[in-house]
Amino acid sequence: MTTTTLAVLVPLLPFLGAIAGLLLGRTAPGFVRPLAVLPTFVSLALAAVVAARQGGDGAVDAATELTPTGSVPVELALHVDGFAALTAVLVTLVAGCVQIYSTGYLRDDPRYPSYAALVSLFTSAMLLVVYSGDLMVLLVGWEVMGICSYFLVGHYWETPEARAASLKAFLVTKLGDVPFLIGLFALATDAGSFRITRILGAVANGGIEHPTLIALLLLAGVAGKSAQFPLHTWLPDAMAGPTPVSALIHAATMVAAGVYFVARLLPLFEASRAAMVVLAVMAAVTMAGSALAALAQDDIKRVLAYSTIGQLGYMTGALAVADRGAAVFHLLSHGAFKALLFLAAGVIIHAAGTNSLAAMSRMGHLRDRVPDAYWTMTVALLALAAIPPFSGFFSKEAVLGVAEHVVTGHTEHAPAAAGWIVLLAGLVTALFTAAYATRLWLLAFRGQGTEAPDHGRQPLTMTVVLWVLAVPSLAFGGLAFRVLPDWFDGQDLTPTLTTSVLGTGVALVGGIITYATWRHTTAHAASRVPLGAVAAHPEGDAGLVEAEAIASHEAAYGDIASAADPSDPGRLLLGPLHRHAAAGFHLDAVYTALFVRPVRAGASLVRFLDREVVETYVRGAGALPRWLGAAVRRAQTGNLQTYVSALLAGTVVLAVAVVLVATGA
Amino acid sequence: MTLAAAAGTAAHATTATAAETHGFLSPTGVEIAFLLVGLVTLGAAVITVTTRQLVHAALWLVVALGGLAVEYLLLTAEFIAWVQVLIYVGSVVVLLLFGLMLTRAPIGRSPDADSGNRWVALAVSVAAAAALVWVVVDAFRTTWIDLDGAPAGSTEVTGASLFQHWVLPFEALSVLLLAALVGAIVLSRKAKADAATAPTTGTRRDTEGAR
Amino acid sequence: MHLAYPAVLSALLFCTGLYGVLARRNAILVLMSVELMLNAVNLNLVAFDVWLSRAAEETLHSGQALALFTIAIAAAEIGIGLAIVLAVYRNRGTSDIDRLRDTAEGHGGDGPDGDVPGGDAAATRAAAEKAEATA
Repeated sequence: MTTTTLAVLVPLLPFLGAIAGLLLGRTAPGFVRPLAVLPTFVSLALAAVVAARQGGDGAVDAATELTPTGSVPVELALHVDGFAALTAVLVTLVAGCVQIYSTGYLRDDPRYPSYAALVSLFTSAMLLVVYSGDLMVLLVGWEVMGICSYFLVGHYWETPEARAASLKAFLVTKLGDVPFLIGLFALATDAGSFRITRILGAVANGGIEHPTLIALLLLAGVAGKSAQFPLHTWLPDAMAGPTPVSALIHAATMVAAGVYFVARLLPLFEASRAAMVVLAVMAAVTMAGSALAALAQDDIKRVLAYSTIGQLGYMTGALAVADRGAAVFHLLSHGAFKALLFLAAGVIIHAAGTNSLAAMSRMGHLRDRVPDAYWTMTVALLALAAIPPFSGFFSKEAVLGVAEHVVTGHTEHAPAAAGWIVLLAGLVTALFTAAYATRLWLLAFRGQGTEAPDHGRQPLTMTVVLWVLAVPSLAFGGLAFRVLPDWFDGQDLTPTLTTSVLGTGVALVGGIITYATWRHTTAHAASRVPLGAVAAHPEGDAGLVEAEAIASHEAAYGDIASAADPSDPGRLLLGPLHRHAAAGFHLDAVYTALFVRPVRAGASLVRFLDREVVETYVRGAGALPRWLGAAVRRAQTGNLQTYVSALLAGTVVLAVAVVLVATGA
Repeated sequence: MTLAAAAGTAAHATTATAAETHGFLSPTGVEIAFLLVGLVTLGAAVITVTTRQLVHAALWLVVALGGLAVEYLLLTAEFIAWVQVLIYVGSVVVLLLFGLMLTRAPIGRSPDADSGNRWVALAVSVAAAAALVWVVVDAFRTTWIDLDGAPAGSTEVTGASLFQHWVLPFEALSVLLLAALVGAIVLSRKAKADAATAPTTGTRRDTEGAR
Repeated sequence: MHLAYPAVLSALLFCTGLYGVLARRNAILVLMSVELMLNAVNLNLVAFDVWLSRAAEETLHSGQALALFTIAIAAAEIGIGLAIVLAVYRNRGTSDIDRLRDTAEGHGGDGPDGDVPGGDAAATRAAAEKAEATA
């Protein structure tokens, strides 16, 4: 088979698996698991073959036009370059791991068939986005991902948190998608095609007339999808979904779609320096703010969600300094270790029966209960904190190195201001990233207090996956940074000495400070007030435990994000900032004031207009016939003589009229 | 004169000449008799529809119907006149009197013989009368009936035309009479069936009345 | 004889009957008024027949034949009408037309004993009478 055929099969197989899963889910439950897992792994194999055949050489391009579609043609186009091939491998790998993990995690869930089918559909849509060479086809996958995300976040729709979170995720991403769509149309109008290759050709020839406008419009959609400031607020709330969903959608793939999109169209963004600066500022604010917020979260998955936002900020930062190689490098390594973090967190939540770090810090020997999660999570956290030689170190240093490159003026692709912004924010974020990674590790695994409950070993499907993902988290960066430039644009991804020392230094400082603070707070044993709530059914399957933990967090701690735990090192580190950081710097309140309240006020106004004004007209329109009817009804006395009198009177009148007319009088 | 033309254009030529010779101010004897009997008939009819004594109304109806029979005689329609006397005065009025008695109509003046619709009825009928009289007079003021010669409605003539030209309607009418007879019997038989269960219906009505 | 005389008399008789139909309360009086109207029509038929049989030599005598038919039909009508009135009277205890208002809108129609004062007594009287008749 040709590479093109294989590449077409890659997104098609999970799609067919999803359809079959939806159709057979009720009638043949035995087929659901194979239908969920096998197509994904076949896709993984095919994606690997495609990547091997493509091998970083010239892009594989194929297109067919199904039907004429007006002035700007829409084509089923394939564009597989190095970025696409490697990203597809990552997507299928993580999706396969998540599918296997889900068979254990949602073992007893009655809605597992639809869940698995939606995950397959999501995988297919993401692969479509990755391989598509036509922006309209890409948009199809982009929106299918959005709707799948809505359904999967709302998997536990019995809980109000999940319902609200799914709605919020859908609405906020759509808020970005509207300008995104307009931007796509404007771009296609300028370039005369939706094909990425032709658009890039038009950019190279200077054929795009409004690069800044288009780039900013597209950035809105990217910010919504990739959870960048100011449209990132849906991501922490989306943690109300099952953990595998968080791992697949909200860490490794969907949120990376925005970054990937910008990477594909980077020359277009480079054409506008304003867009690059906006991108840099967006990345910087996202990075620093999310790192601070992550330090204050109590829910382990919300910590990881904010860290995802921060790492995506690194990627957009790399794009802001016009190096998509570094961005996609970080995307790949981050996809691996963030998926691992989430899956391990799912295991921990199952074992501890709670998603609250405060409650975990009051459990002894939690790490002995889940040794696989302990070790793999340690690896992933070290990768997150960018400690050498873990993969996160190499990718993050690639970003920082490029930023430094721009600052020192060795490139003309990006403004120096963007370089400064990205470099400084990246260093500050590295400090906080290490701090919250250390905090997470200490609170989760070094807790002291009552023994953690023993549920026996975790299911094999859940633990094996952790080790599979731990390998790339550990070694991918170190092995790949020399090879990857061949696949990408050829820019060097080797860490530079300055940024390596700086980055690792601040990371170490952050970790050490957090450790010291933690020692300080835990030293006061008296201050360890009892705290925490554990799920009511610890023996249930992991999905049930997690749903109960999410549902009970607000009830037990008064807030979905934070807990009033005086022994939390994050509280001491952040000081007065803690309250604001825990609430995500009150961005939700701002949105409430800006959008929710006006919409509600408008709705109540419309309701008032409908109930009072329109209804009055309707009633008025009904009143006249009703009065007429009442008058006519009064005439219906039942007295036959009255009726006959009226009849004959009319007859006489008519007869006289006829006579008068007939005689011409 | 449109209506006159519509009524009988064929007769127009002869009547026009006849009407010139017969004015309204010089009535013949038959006309005088017709007018007098007509006044009596009309008066009896008016009393019939206005009197407060129900039995008197029936009796005044006899006068009106008898007056009409005389009018038929004056119009030389003998057979119709005798039929009128036989059927109307002889049987219909008797039937009506039976009806009055069976429905326990009060003997003597009953104050509520007329319904509240009286004034509307008066207005409608006066308007209808005005319209009709105006039209009729306007149409036939010059039309003259020649009553001389053989009578137009003797028994022989009527019988001949009835059994020569009107046999089929005549037979159909007999079927109609039969149907009416059967219908009347059925209605009364139903009443008898009701009467058989009268005590129960009576008590039911009592309870309803108590409610 | 002028045709106007019988024609005018017939019109006046007809309107008199019309008044009776519209104004009388007792159903039997209404029937009498209907008889008056029918007779007015008969007079018209006869008068025109006499006129036409002379003036146009019309030999069918359709007017007189129709008058005879009308008389016969009137007899049938009065028989049926009286039977109906009697049935109504037995069921309702009254033969007053303006109290038979079952078709009225709104107040559910007055049954045999609705708002008729004394109607109930009349009904029981009629029932007792019928019981006697059957016994």
